[in-house]
Amino acid sequence: MPSAIRIEELTKDYAIGFWRRGSYRALDRLTLDIERGEIFGFLGPNGAGKTTTLKLLMQLIFPTSGRAEILGRPVGDLDVRRRIGYLPENPSFYDYLTAEELLGYFGDLFGYSGADRRRRVSNLLDRVGIGGERRLQLRKFSKGMIQRVGIAQALLNDPEVVFLDEPMSGLDPLGRRDVRSLILELRDQGRTVFFSSHILADAEALCRRVAVVAGGRLAAAGTLSDILAFQVRGWELVIGGMSPEVLARVTPRVRRATEISAGRYSLELALDQSPDRMLAELTATGASLVSLNPIRDTLEDFFMKRVAEMGAGARSAMEEESRARN
Amino acid sequence: MRAIRVVAVNVFRESVRDRVPYNLVVFAVLLIASSYLIGQLTAGQDVKIIKDLGLAATSIFGLFIAIFIGIGLVSKEVERRSIYALLSKPVSRAQFIAGKYAGLVLTLAVNVSVMAIAFYVILAYMVWTEPPTIRAGWDAPGMDPALLKAVFLIFIELMLVTAIALFFSTFSTPILSAALTFGLYVAGHFNADLKNFEKVVSSKAAARLARGAYHVLPDLSAFDVKTQVVHGLPVSLGYLGATAAYGLTYVAALLLVSTFIFSRRDFK
Repeated sequence: MPSAIRIEELTKDYAIGFWRRGSYRALDRLTLDIERGEIFGFLGPNGAGKTTTLKLLMQLIFPTSGRAEILGRPVGDLDVRRRIGYLPENPSFYDYLTAEELLGYFGDLFGYSGADRRRRVSNLLDRVGIGGERRLQLRKFSKGMIQRVGIAQALLNDPEVVFLDEPMSGLDPLGRRDVRSLILELRDQGRTVFFSSHILADAEALCRRVAVVAGGRLAAAGTLSDILAFQVRGWELVIGGMSPEVLARVTPRVRRATEISAGRYSLELALDQSPDRMLAELTATGASLVSLNPIRDTLEDFFMKRVAEMGAGARSAMEEESRARN
Repeated sequence: MRAIRVVAVNVFRESVRDRVPYNLVVFAVLLIASSYLIGQLTAGQDVKIIKDLGLAATSIFGLFIAIFIGIGLVSKEVERRSIYALLSKPVSRAQFIAGKYAGLVLTLAVNVSVMAIAFYVILAYMVWTEPPTIRAGWDAPGMDPALLKAVFLIFIELMLVTAIALFFSTFSTPILSAALTFGLYVAGHFNADLKNFEKVVSSKAAARLARGAYHVLPDLSAFDVKTQVVHGLPVSLGYLGATAAYGLTYVAALLLVSTFIFSRRDFK
């Protein structure tokens, strides 16, 4: 069975300048393979190339080089479009239509009619929480409500693969929670979800595998645990019943000591320090272990570090390429 | 075909929601007011003036709809980014262009039909109110069916203007598209003069340029048979057929080029 999404060396250059002689590389040889039935997080800061990638997959823009396939067929194949859903970034629809009419319009394009179309539209609007406003013109909708309409239209055809560009954008905490559970529900139904985000907590809550892009280039790809495993940078010991004298004795050997409450302290050890030895020493004084955790880079830390590395590297490489092309 | 129909119906719905049919009210009020005023000022010539006015108003009101909606057909979708979600559905770019065009032609067809009906109602009123002695002096019957020939060619001309507006809107901004479409409309009405340009200029290059422009630009004066029908002069069915065929061929060519350009366009 072919992959849900296969991207090979996908590159997009935009011509710039009045005479369009210069060029700007928005995406640089991106290669990815997304399996069926997974939630795949496509992460990166603004301007990293996430939306460019999604637009290439929807054939809203055309690649300079490279290729992409969805469900084993080239992107742009009309049959493939019957099997996918897409939420654009900051979606915008027709002000003069109601939510119900918009979904009815798109439903018509999929060939649904009569009771089947009405049922789909009604169920989806209820599912995204705007069933009560179905007959209101979209011009009266808030940003969050438009985002919900956008999600509904992306799911209208029971798609096998769903592309969501910044799906949490414009949503309040309740809305974000709803969308997260909707995405998990889609995965449970066996659908593939490819979503872009710069909000790393969303990826941590939803994805097994992610790709990080920065400066138009792939910075890392793999499971979240793979990406984060080698990022352990110390240990955190939370100790209860520790006297100030004992604390004073161990403080020079820890990176940081923070009082949580009376007699309870959080001690941060460097990676090369043995937490076992420290624990043995402390328990011998009558203190007790509350918790021991590795201190890992969060995805946020990883992201910022890679972006900084890529930023410098990618910038100089792009400048070189741009000079070469001109 | 389904996708084209669905997109077309949505364009029609948009034009209705954008209050385009209001122009019909303005048209009707204009005709009624004019017929009353002209009736007070002239004797015997009033029906001819109303016919002139009615056909000219049909043409101008249609032109405004064709240009001002036509230029926004594609650019508005791109500007407000509604095209992103739409093109992710099973709709090809060619179907999108064809649907947009068909939708505006449908809007124009409804508008022109309603205007023609309103026009005939006014004429019927005039026939009813004028004494037989005055009616006997008219060049053509008051409710002359031949007026429909002029209305038909106005409609074909509007189809052509819509295709021009759509063509420009596939790659240009709305303001520039409006200016270019209007410019081409004016040039198209003087196109026949370009044919014989060598008789009035001495420069061979200018004459050749004019001859080239004559072949490329649409000859819109061919669609204007208002004077003939108002004065009861014959307009053959053969002429109607040939002119319509010319207009529709031009439309087809413009839609093909529009589709070609639009199919290669990046939506950044």
